[in-house]
Amino acid sequence: MILINNLCKKFGKLTVLDQVNLSLIAGKSYALVGPNGSGKTTLIKGVLGMVRPSSGLIQFNGKDIANEWKYREQIGYMPQIGRYPENMRIGELIDMMKNIRKEVKTVDEELIDAFKLYKIYDKRMHTLSGGTRQKVSASLAFLFHAPVLILDEPTAGLDPVSVEILKEKILYERRMGKLIIITSHILSDLDELSTEMVYIFEGKIQYNNSIDALKEETHETRLNKAVTTLIKQKELLNSITEQI
Amino acid sequence: MTRVIRYIFNDILRTRFILFYTGFLLLSTFALFQLDSDFGKIVLSLLNIVLMVVPLVSVVFTTIHFFSSYEFIELMLAQPINRRVIFLSEYLAVASSLCMAYLIGVGVPFIMFGAGQNVISLLVTGVFLTLVFVSLAFLSSVLTRDKSKAIGIALLFWFYFSLIYDGFVLWIIYSFNDYPLEKVTLTLIAFNPVDLARIIMLLQLDISALMGYTGAFYKNFFGSNMGVLFSSSILFLWAIIPIYIALRIFSKKDL
Repeated sequence: MILINNLCKKFGKLTVLDQVNLSLIAGKSYALVGPNGSGKTTLIKGVLGMVRPSSGLIQFNGKDIANEWKYREQIGYMPQIGRYPENMRIGELIDMMKNIRKEVKTVDEELIDAFKLYKIYDKRMHTLSGGTRQKVSASLAFLFHAPVLILDEPTAGLDPVSVEILKEKILYERRMGKLIIITSHILSDLDELSTEMVYIFEGKIQYNNSIDALKEETHETRLNKAVTTLIKQKELLNSITEQI
Repeated sequence: MTRVIRYIFNDILRTRFILFYTGFLLLSTFALFQLDSDFGKIVLSLLNIVLMVVPLVSVVFTTIHFFSSYEFIELMLAQPINRRVIFLSEYLAVASSLCMAYLIGVGVPFIMFGAGQNVISLLVTGVFLTLVFVSLAFLSSVLTRDKSKAIGIALLFWFYFSLIYDGFVLWIIYSFNDYPLEKVTLTLIAFNPVDLARIIMLLQLDISALMGYTGAFYKNFFGSNMGVLFSSSILFLWAIIPIYIALRIFSKKDL
């Protein structure tokens, strides 16, 4: 569904993404893992067309996304840091988003109900805590039944009850056959939510396979153990090649 | 597009700056009517205010607005909306609200006290100046990510066209006054929207006689239909070209 071909992105001298090749298929759930500053968010923003690639190609359903915008109808995006017009009320914001995508007739307000956002509809955005902001971001991402969901650190800053609500929702959407891309540092969450694992380090994709395969390779039963083993193996490999 | 414009418009009205601006213009126009009864003089005094204040307010308000609506722009970019549409909506909303403030602020007193032909050209030049400086301010906003830098560049535009450029033209005329400079100065004026607006208005007010031989030459040129067409199309270009460049930059920008 999304095809990324030799994607490179440079910010000045700094290379953030280096020859990234990735093919994301509908019905699967991808965990995008990597240390801070490894290029996860840049990759996501590239798919959304917010960051223009220095070179390479991104295709959505077989069409190049450069200068395209219509394809974003099919993406629900939850940003890492939700930035919204500060003096808007939550209700106004949600109404505005619905209004701007008027062509979507039935909206999915399950998360708005589950997070009880309607109780604080008249609160202005600048008064919200980080967690409430995340709830608003999550509700907006799921609002339009988009077949592709891109969630950038969805569970960061949420309270345990809300994390469970959000996870249930993600699992439900996964069962509905949607393509889900999640970045997170909380590997135990990803263990439940994702089937595939993409590990990025310094702008390069180091590992791309199913989570089950990863566990088998590393002889671990839990994802966080498996990932740390993977990272250690890579480090060992790098130090050996550096010595040579 | 209209939906996006409506939201930006609401946002602009909420800051109340536009209301202050309208109020200021209303107040100064009314005050001038109290001070003088000669229509020509009122228009002339207003012209001096307009030539300074309108570009300055347009430039500062536009840059501040652009950076404070950055979140809104980011939010819209993740939606199925064309980048160009977002940017042009911003431009149209800002430009139309500033133009409306100007038209009400200067126009209403004249309607109340009775208007002449000069007033219409004063209104038109003011609107043109607003459009020009709003586009210059949008250009400076997309050139940099830093709000204070953008305001700095935008103020530099204002400073340059309102003060520095005049000095430059004067210097040229003074240094080369042994040569026939009419056509040269005419060309130089076309490179400054503020001067262009000033000349158009001064010629309308029939005080071009004060400007001597050059004034007579301008009168001859700008007074004709060709001259009016020429000057307004140059002003139009001044509004179109910066916003076009800004749009090109914005549609390739990383956000």
